[in-house]
Amino acid sequence: MRKAILGLTAVAMAALMGVASAQDKKVTIGVSIPAADHGWTAGVVYHAERVAKLLMAEHPGLNVIVKTSPDAASQANAVQDLATQGIDALVILPSDPDPLVNAIKEVKGKGKFVALVDRAPSTNDDSVRDIYIAGNNPALGEVAGKYIKENTPDAQVVVIRGLPIPIDQQRQDGFDKGIEGSNVKILDRQFGNWNRDDAFKVMQDYLTKYPKIDVVWCQDDDMAVGVLQAIEQAKRTDIQYVVAGAGSKDMVKKVMDGDKLIPVDVLYPPAMIGTAMQLTASNFYDQVPVSGTYILDATLVTKENAESFYFPDSPF
Amino acid sequence: MADTAAASPKVRRSWKDVDLRAVAPFVALALLLILGAFANPNFISIDNLLNVITRSAFIAIIAVGATFVISAGGLDLSVGSMVAFVASLTIMFMNSGALADPMMTLVAAMVLALAIGAACGLANGLITTVGRIEPFIATLGTMGIYRGLTTWLSQGGAITLRSPDVQSLYRPVYFGEIFGVPFPIIAIFITGALAAFVLYRTRYGRHVLAVGSNEDVARYSGIPVNRVRTITYVIQGLCVAVACLLYIPRLGSTSATTGLMWELQAITAVVVGGTALRGGVGRIWGTICGAFILEIVGNIMLLSNFVSEYLIGAIQGAIIIIAMLVQRSLVRKS
Repeated sequence: MRKAILGLTAVAMAALMGVASAQDKKVTIGVSIPAADHGWTAGVVYHAERVAKLLMAEHPGLNVIVKTSPDAASQANAVQDLATQGIDALVILPSDPDPLVNAIKEVKGKGKFVALVDRAPSTNDDSVRDIYIAGNNPALGEVAGKYIKENTPDAQVVVIRGLPIPIDQQRQDGFDKGIEGSNVKILDRQFGNWNRDDAFKVMQDYLTKYPKIDVVWCQDDDMAVGVLQAIEQAKRTDIQYVVAGAGSKDMVKKVMDGDKLIPVDVLYPPAMIGTAMQLTASNFYDQVPVSGTYILDATLVTKENAESFYFPDSPF
Repeated sequence: MADTAAASPKVRRSWKDVDLRAVAPFVALALLLILGAFANPNFISIDNLLNVITRSAFIAIIAVGATFVISAGGLDLSVGSMVAFVASLTIMFMNSGALADPMMTLVAAMVLALAIGAACGLANGLITTVGRIEPFIATLGTMGIYRGLTTWLSQGGAITLRSPDVQSLYRPVYFGEIFGVPFPIIAIFITGALAAFVLYRTRYGRHVLAVGSNEDVARYSGIPVNRVRTITYVIQGLCVAVACLLYIPRLGSTSATTGLMWELQAITAVVVGGTALRGGVGRIWGTICGAFILEIVGNIMLLSNFVSEYLIGAIQGAIIIIAMLVQRSLVRKS
């Protein structure tokens, strides 16, 4: 009997303390992301570290550990290391989701909160994660297509694709949907491998091949660098504008400055890692339901809203 | 009558003197030009050809260096990463603002690029010769090192030339022309001429080929094998640096993916140009021709309308093999 009363008081006290010191609740969030090997992942690393600082300043009891890994195998090890450090939640942007699914499931199996970002394994359900946050690849193409359709309904467009992988195809399909029902004509589609130098070559050849090009859709800010250089070299004035995407600081800056060739940019933000971290923290501190799937819009960055997407200190 | 009889064997002999192996890459190039003209009439326009040859400059110049390394029996897989590394350090130097005057900055940066390139090459050379590590493994290692350092320097993002003064001063090095010939094309031929002189007309050049054809015989003949080999890697490093000097003004920036797979393109150019991978033979002009062939194949694919974008890689591979077969058949006839 005494034991039971003691137990009850302990429970009550714990509950009271829980309410009283919700702000100081000790929570550890582990963040596992790929190492910065190109512009976009460099942005992911930057934003993960930025948001980690913000969150820790906001919640004194919160500890956020950010770990980067160069490949799937070392990321699996990093996840295990985080788990042994006693994390309460894992936020992960897997470099390659399928090989990492078991490592993630193990963390989830121990009753930890798991937030999965951007890349989904083949089975993406609540056995793997609590929340899933991703950008919208079809919309990235569709937003670009719609912009071209509205502004230049009779445009002759050349398209520079990324690599022959599914997300590239989704973007192409989205683009086709975006320009549907207009006179926008696609002259050509070739792969630029999301690489500046390759995009420069492809654009040079397009300029040789087609005497009149109205719009270039190159889908990616890195490739836009090469495209702009090729147009400048050829001194061609028929190209009205270039639509890129992702939201790198250089291109967003051009949009902000009102560059004629880069009037807009389509967002596929590396800052989505921050969204996932914020939601994860909310799960512990704010008593709001967060479980579910979040697809971020492929927002059109224009001169009016560019400032809120401009991070001058980011490497990307 | 007697004259013609006397002349004809002479003519025949002079035809035999022409080394078909050396001519073969140029025949392949000519065939490609004809094919290209059929694919798209714009192909044969001066503007397009100048574009294509200009942008082949990086691979051509790197491949000239690779000709030295390969004909001495070595191999350098690190050149693509080295381009990224040397170019990144050079841009960072120009951004540092160490010298106030833009012209001085540019000249100092160019000297620095050459010094870094030579140092990177020297490192490769010493690891293979003094360290006695197979060149494949040694340069695979440095390939990772140079790439990794570049990624670290850029924090995964891009390193961009910031000063607009230096940029406008530097831009003509890629985009400028002398008498209508783009500067990078002139750079290719100057590099080629220098390299051909060193390889064919100097004692060092003969040592390179001797070391490549038989290392032991070369050693017994008193050739300092290790020194000769090490210097080939330094030459390769210098060529990489020259390629960087042309590369930087094009986009004014580098990223972690700069120069990715360029080592394979350079080696392909060398082999398509008629240099044997096992060493002992070096063909500078063939190598440059090989680099043109690689770039032109890509250009024809893009300009033609009948190839699906998914098949470009396969057709490029097939054309390279066919070009090699044409070469072989010419050689067999001789």
